[in-house]
Amino acid sequence: MVSLILSTAVRYIFPLQLLFSIFLLLRGHNEPGGGFVGGLVVAAAFSLVALANNVWTAQRTMGVNPRVLIGVGLLAAAVSGLQALIAGQPFMTAAWIARDIPVLGKVGTPLLFDFGVYLVVIGVTLTIIFTLMEE
Amino acid sequence: MEIILAIVIGVLYAGGLYMMKRRSIVKLVIGLALLGHAANLLIFTMGRLVRGRPPIIPTGAGQLQAPFADPLPQALILTAIVIGFGIQAFAIVLIKRAYQTVGTDDLDDMKATDGI
Amino acid sequence: MMQVNTVMNIWIVLPILIPLLTAVGAVLAWNWRRVQRVLSVIGSAALLGAGLKLLLTVWTDGILALQIGSWPAPFGITLAADLFSAIMVVLAGLLAVTVTLYSLASMDMERESFGYYPILHILLMGVCGAFLSGDIFNLYVWFEVLLIASFVLLTLGGERAQLEGAIKYVTLNLMASALFLAGVGVLYGIAGTLNMADLAVQLAKMEHPEIVTAVSMLFLIAFGIKAAVFPLFFWLPASYHTPPVAVSAIFSGLLTKVGVYALFRVFTLLFVHNIRYTHTMILIIAGFTMVTGVLGAVAQTEFRRLLSFHIVSQIGYLLMGLGLYHPAAMAAAVFFMVHVVLAKSTLFLVSGVVHWLQGTYDLKKLGGLYASAPGLALLFLIPALSLAGIPPLPGFFAKLALVGAGLQLGQYVISAVALAVSILTLFSMIKIWNEAFWKPQPLAATCASAQPVLLIIPIVLLALVILGIGFFAGPLFTLAARAAEQLSDPAGYIQAVLGGA
Repeated sequence: MVSLILSTAVRYIFPLQLLFSIFLLLRGHNEPGGGFVGGLVVAAAFSLVALANNVWTAQRTMGVNPRVLIGVGLLAAAVSGLQALIAGQPFMTAAWIARDIPVLGKVGTPLLFDFGVYLVVIGVTLTIIFTLMEE
Repeated sequence: MEIILAIVIGVLYAGGLYMMKRRSIVKLVIGLALLGHAANLLIFTMGRLVRGRPPIIPTGAGQLQAPFADPLPQALILTAIVIGFGIQAFAIVLIKRAYQTVGTDDLDDMKATDGI
Repeated sequence: MMQVNTVMNIWIVLPILIPLLTAVGAVLAWNWRRVQRVLSVIGSAALLGAGLKLLLTVWTDGILALQIGSWPAPFGITLAADLFSAIMVVLAGLLAVTVTLYSLASMDMERESFGYYPILHILLMGVCGAFLSGDIFNLYVWFEVLLIASFVLLTLGGERAQLEGAIKYVTLNLMASALFLAGVGVLYGIAGTLNMADLAVQLAKMEHPEIVTAVSMLFLIAFGIKAAVFPLFFWLPASYHTPPVAVSAIFSGLLTKVGVYALFRVFTLLFVHNIRYTHTMILIIAGFTMVTGVLGAVAQTEFRRLLSFHIVSQIGYLLMGLGLYHPAAMAAAVFFMVHVVLAKSTLFLVSGVVHWLQGTYDLKKLGGLYASAPGLALLFLIPALSLAGIPPLPGFFAKLALVGAGLQLGQYVISAVALAVSILTLFSMIKIWNEAFWKPQPLAATCASAQPVLLIIPIVLLALVILGIGFFAGPLFTLAARAAEQLSDPAGYIQAVLGGA
């Protein structure tokens, strides 16, 4: 059952959702938002594509297996903690770049960690949803 | 407010346990979900209820002014909800596979592992 | 103090980080099974190495604590390692190495290509995290991590028995998690903290210790389900024999032991204000667990189900050490823990080789293995007799110390039960020996004659460790005694986590 209204609307909503997810990811350190909700928004975007068309379209749109995102995300999170180990501080001690960077704002290992969470959430959620929808 | 929440938590526990005692595996999973919600609400209530005072430092002020809502239980609940979400997704796939393999959703018919 | 310890503190993080990185590597190498296998072996070996180094560091420098992200103790997340946790991490590493080697030879292609290795290492990460967590909520999180990994390992392959066993396993473990979570919530409500060291301080100051006792019962049930104690163990014999042997071996060696570890942790650190009530309760449960477990085992004729019931029975001995709540008894329990983890996993691996040779786990259909595979028979006898408590194997010393402590403390009933259960254990081991190894094979079934070397190496390795512990029981006992000393005097742990306060 493919609804014309939904699949047309998704074409406009989908990029907005992706943009909004990045906005959430970046503001998350001190304000409501963060990698977790950001990731969920992305997952919702791809689920919407899957609902409006079918799972295979969504997978093709993604271009990468969600499983890879889990791996990369976990790696990013682990690396963000490793930095402190190398610097001789307790694991996961935050390190910030002194100056604010335009658009990104405060940049440091917590952002990397958040980015890892973002990817893991996208990966896990979409793995589950795609698996359930394929059957 | 605490009393209402306490009653709700009790009802959730009772409902969850009741569902788990049914023979259908679908109801089993629903029961488990209810138990999870009950535990989450319990944490929420145990963290003391404070209305309308979010734990956010207003601009200009240096620190929070008591009373304010304790943010920690919310963080715990968020974590628990996420974990619960993952586990329930797994449980749903599991009961689906089990239904396809065994051909029934009746727990009483799932005895392959019970023989001596 | 923080500055001095930071370099050594790396060793606390590594047992969690190594399996994580191994799992990540294996996920990224999803389509290259060979890479996954190599990575898995390297990761396991590194985990063992890191565990040994951690044990050594804790031995020389005392209890280690690490505040993740430099957030100070009661507010941030704490990792803490005392000798008991370090010993458990070493055991996890040892099992990781042997089970990975065993998996290389025994795991089928389908399971390998559906992510067996990544999930195995996620499981190890959860296990090590639970051993090292210094925070009760993080303990819950690590429990869930290892639980989800174990769900997947249990059902990977999707055979009917696996799925049916998994439903029971998943249901009861999720109930335990819900109770655990509720317990954490109530604990936070009454004490206002989640850091275990800080909790110990706060609970000691409580005006109404009855509430704490009530909460402790929630934890006893939650961890009791996970540790498979009487009367909450029914999920274990229903599920542990269904997955491949390598998975059964690591489950039997580590999962229930995490539950026992958690019981030791909370009932030595947090809930020690009403020992007469709580620890007597544990002692009674321990007695029933031993007896029901071994009686269940005696009735079984399926190799792995018999072993599964034995796990339950051995858990009883471990709890007996905790229930007696005396340094000597807990030292015996720590020693017993080392021995039972090794012996149990070895037996499961042996059952796998037996299945490889004769194609069945049914004791009635097995037979003649002493004639056809005398080496394997010997490898079976070492852990089996050790479990039954025959000198000079480590099980003998463990039971001797445990019963000795029981008698010394005047707990004659539980000591007598422990001795009687020992005899029944011997009986059921002899039953396996008679059926599988001694009697002639009933049907001239097709049997493979060659045993893959990779299946045997891990078993030999574990058997050697067991023998080594038996012959050099003294040093390990010194280690166990010091671990028990740390457990029975939480002041050191609290000091290490909270600093000078």
